[in-house]
Amino acid sequence: MHSTTTKRGVLPGFGLTMGYSVLYLSLVVLIPLSALLLNSTGLTWSKFWDVATDPRVLASFKVSFLTAAAAGLIDVVLGLLLAWVLVRYDFPGKSIFDAMIDLPFALPTAVAGVALTAIYSPNGWIGSLFEPLGIRIAFSPIGITLALMFIGIPFVVRTVQPVLQELDAEVEEAAATLGSSRYRTFRKVVLPELLPPLMTGFALAFARGIGEYGSVVFISGNMPMRTEIAPLLIMSKLEQFDYAGATAVALLLLLISFALLLLINSLQRRVRKTAR
Amino acid sequence: MAGSVPLASNKPSTVRKRVANESVAVKWTLIGAAVLVMLWLIVLPLTIVLAEALKKGWGVYVEAITNPDALSALRLTLLVALITVPLNTIFGVVAAWAITKFKFRGKGILVTLIDLPFAVSPVIGGLIYVLVYGAHGWFGPWLQEHDIKIIFALPGIILATLFVTFPFVARELIPLMEDQGQQEEEAAVTLGARGFRVFWKVTLPNIKWGLLYGIILCNARAMGEFGAVSVVSGHIRGETNTLPLHVEILYNEYQFSASFAVSSLLLLLALVTLLLKNWFTRKSHH
Amino acid sequence: MKKVLKQGVLLSLVLVMSMVIGACGNEKKNNAASAEVNTSSSGEKLKDIEILNVSYDPTRELYEKYNKAFAEHWLKEKGQKVTIKQSHGGSGKQGRAVIDGLEADVVTLALGYDIDAIQQSGLINEGWQQKYELNSSPYTSTIVFLVRKGNPKEIKDWDDLIKEGVEVITPNPQTSGGARWNYLAAWGYALHHNNNDEEKAKEFVKELFQHVPVLDSGARGSTTTFVERGLGDVLLAWENEAWLSVKELGPDKFDIVYPSESILAEPPVAIVDKNADKRGTREVADEYLKYLYSEEGQTIAAENYYRPTLESVKTKFADQFPEIKLYTIDEEFGGWAEAQPKHFNDGGIFTQIYAPK
Repeated sequence: MHSTTTKRGVLPGFGLTMGYSVLYLSLVVLIPLSALLLNSTGLTWSKFWDVATDPRVLASFKVSFLTAAAAGLIDVVLGLLLAWVLVRYDFPGKSIFDAMIDLPFALPTAVAGVALTAIYSPNGWIGSLFEPLGIRIAFSPIGITLALMFIGIPFVVRTVQPVLQELDAEVEEAAATLGSSRYRTFRKVVLPELLPPLMTGFALAFARGIGEYGSVVFISGNMPMRTEIAPLLIMSKLEQFDYAGATAVALLLLLISFALLLLINSLQRRVRKTAR
Repeated sequence: MAGSVPLASNKPSTVRKRVANESVAVKWTLIGAAVLVMLWLIVLPLTIVLAEALKKGWGVYVEAITNPDALSALRLTLLVALITVPLNTIFGVVAAWAITKFKFRGKGILVTLIDLPFAVSPVIGGLIYVLVYGAHGWFGPWLQEHDIKIIFALPGIILATLFVTFPFVARELIPLMEDQGQQEEEAAVTLGARGFRVFWKVTLPNIKWGLLYGIILCNARAMGEFGAVSVVSGHIRGETNTLPLHVEILYNEYQFSASFAVSSLLLLLALVTLLLKNWFTRKSHH
Repeated sequence: MKKVLKQGVLLSLVLVMSMVIGACGNEKKNNAASAEVNTSSSGEKLKDIEILNVSYDPTRELYEKYNKAFAEHWLKEKGQKVTIKQSHGGSGKQGRAVIDGLEADVVTLALGYDIDAIQQSGLINEGWQQKYELNSSPYTSTIVFLVRKGNPKEIKDWDDLIKEGVEVITPNPQTSGGARWNYLAAWGYALHHNNNDEEKAKEFVKELFQHVPVLDSGARGSTTTFVERGLGDVLLAWENEAWLSVKELGPDKFDIVYPSESILAEPPVAIVDKNADKRGTREVADEYLKYLYSEEGQTIAAENYYRPTLESVKTKFADQFPEIKLYTIDEEFGGWAEAQPKHFNDGGIFTQIYAPK
């Protein structure tokens, strides 16, 4: 089943569809992005190096990557739970539950940022509960992570859900009949199948988190060296009419996310192959 | 893998009651946990939006969403979605076909490139179009000579939105079509069906729900995009302000309730389309 | 059933296609419409005319009123109907938008530095700041303190800001024009109280920013943080913003404190020469800016809490604007050309504050 060895030529339209895809991709994504690469407004190697090694830039990258990774990991756990419940069980209100998962896509990110800040700021519904304990959620890396979790959760749920649906319950059943414990069944049979989509979900949530700007600026507090995110530095450099500097940070961010996406995509491909 | 599940999307997403020794306790614990997560992570922020929107009563709410500036922003937003969503849908279908039905070198890179707009900061998504079409960009001087406006006008907003919503449909279709393999299409071809007809008669029925879902997501994101559009819009009132930008304006004018009212409009639009889609999906299975 | 489905899919595809076609048509129509506007604005004199004023964030209320007044004035004087389009945003961002091709006829920004940047791109002629009276700044403002009602932390002057336990809210000077004025005001105060010792001033400002828990990216973001989120004991704000937030957000919640001295913030205005000439709007744009200096223009500015510069209006609103010692950026800092790189650009004094030790 699912043989991946197709002799090209049986199905029609390779040239046409491939050509169109590449053309459209180039027009909308690649050519504009290459403008970033080739933009000649004074970006030299030494300037690039200066920017790339500036402690403040490095600190902002650290914040961006750590919070995005943390948010992605938590999303994987919570997303798996949500997807599992949605696929395996029936309960009242499930349909609305299912539809709501996608709402973070639809809400303008700035609104999400404002709403989350209202909840987690020291005088907000949840923030006020933690303030007496000396824990500040908004205006700290925790707040950034929460915002990124909100932005990223649909990615995980929606990549895991279809795979879970496909997953043959009979295999599980068989495993169970053979005396395998629930936990063992889950670990040995279900989890390996879920690994690729979980990784994709993580990759998407993570990548999205690194670039996220609108929601984070409200909740992060933007303190240099502590809660300043990389996209904000781009804005701040643009504000100084420093196009070269802004381009340098943007480029760095882009290269890293691309490398990560590529890595995870190919890793996932490999996992999928061995699983089959 | 054993078993054949080629028509997954056509299969009702009903619950598998057979799953072995499922204890009721485990079931309800998991459901409870999931509901809690939902409430905390997604429902709570949305509640805040609604609560703030209605804080000053229905009068303010209605006024906020019927204000001429809001209406012109709504028109612009709908127009942008109307143009970008079909374009990206066509691309998504075409790209998914090329990627899943054929084998070629560099497939991994192509898929990653399609994902790339997810990973690119929306700020950069706007900036790159300024670098290409702005007054000092690559085509800037030529465009100015011919008095064609791209940045700070409708075309710029459309381009930025295209970029941001680029992967949604393709992303939805690729795994779906990959799992379905090519046998059915190949069979159709062997039986003499040709080109577009194969897609129309064989592939499309299999992927239609995934496609619809991709379109809905693409649409929701197109209407809600803020960061990238903010860079290329120019913020001219009543002219190049989209709904999310209008939200920001109201917020900055200390009209918090009005600003949340407009956001809640976006949310409700999205929720209704998603619910409708669920309903249609279910109905078609019975 | 299956047949119905197929028909449904077919129908939706037809819909999509017609949407594409309709949308393309729409786009064309739209282009045509904007082309019409262009020809009419460069056409005969008495046809309706349209200008675009690109401004910064806190002037929304001001220009909303002023635009109405000016449209009436122009109609009376010239018999021509003028529509003024507005665009607001962060000052630097707006300046950049104009450089990148946003076709503003006039710019009214927070700092001369941003207009200088537009000039360097060639859109504005040199010497713009001498074109209109008073450094091309028809109205001015200053930096004041907004504190919680009753001033519980007893904040009276700049040195109270660095008292133990005081939290100060200000936006980030690197992303907000208003915040640059905040910073420079504090710097000026420190200079005056330390015999113009720059090192001491640096110390003071550094200390001050240790008291800042949140750096929002814009002035209005900071106001929200202070007012809605309840963070901080004092907000450094434009005088006009402080008055506006007291009026809009709670007269019973906040007090305005005037420090002993502060900076004279001069938000300047300019015609974007290239655009105005191209669009044939120079005459009306020129009058639009000049009229800001008139009795009516000045009154509207004062009513929106900007300090008027016309004597007669000044005396009328004397109560609203307490006299304090004000210094200008030119006398203390050698103008923006000097202050910006020294303090705010990467590597400048502000960034050193946050440099790791």
